[in-house]
Amino acid sequence: MSHLAEQSRSTSSGAGRVLIAVYAVLALSATGRSVVQLVTKGGQAPVAYSLSAVAALIYIVATVGLARSTPGSRRVAWVAITAELVGVVAVGLLSVLDVTLFPDASVWSDFGQGYGYVPLVLPVLGIAWLARTRPRAQRPPGT
Amino acid sequence: MSVTLSYAVIGLSLLVAAYAVVLLVRDRLVDNPLFYAHSVLAVLLLGQLVAGCVALARTGRDVEGITFVGYLVTAVLAPPVSIVWGVADKSRWGTGVVVIGMVTVAALQLRLLALWGVGF
Repeated sequence: MSHLAEQSRSTSSGAGRVLIAVYAVLALSATGRSVVQLVTKGGQAPVAYSLSAVAALIYIVATVGLARSTPGSRRVAWVAITAELVGVVAVGLLSVLDVTLFPDASVWSDFGQGYGYVPLVLPVLGIAWLARTRPRAQRPPGT
Repeated sequence: MSVTLSYAVIGLSLLVAAYAVVLLVRDRLVDNPLFYAHSVLAVLLLGQLVAGCVALARTGRDVEGITFVGYLVTAVLAPPVSIVWGVADKSRWGTGVVVIGMVTVAALQLRLLALWGVGF
């Protein structure tokens, strides 16, 4: 794909724009869902609902981090996206092993099955994109 | 809620998405036909927002009101936001953003139908 190589190394241009669009959709749906859950039935499944809220916050941070594309926001995006990957894998495993822990679905339960596994695929793509657009000067020697 | 309108929106949004994919593959920017088709969809969704709220007020069905209206509003916002963001990027990926917007509209319709009790 020569097209990709010609892109500037900003995280928000080119294919990154599509990635950010998907992040924005997920951030929006996770936020909407967690607000509705916490407001209407917060007491029923506090663990799952708090988790949805945390996940929503992380998606918002990742979206903004990728969209701003400054050196600082790249670091923020790295942290948020790594947290996302850890979250979806950990919660996915826990929800499969102990069903009672998450009686109502959160974004990350069952590895994001309710969202077509997008929550599982997205952090992998996000990390790949951050690595691809890494400024050359910041690359460690030998890469 | 008009189930027919919902299916029409799904059909049109997927058609627009397919056309945007063709543009993406051919390395083209957002063009006029894409913009007009998207505008028709945007008008349909505005109508759906109004009709959906009226239907929600009148129905005896057990529908989660907040979520339902939330989906209706998000569906209205998705086309304009995705087209503005898509046009702003002068590469094939701008069209990719429109694809995401259109698929989102279709997904929202499926969720709306499910909330209305006629979905999957």
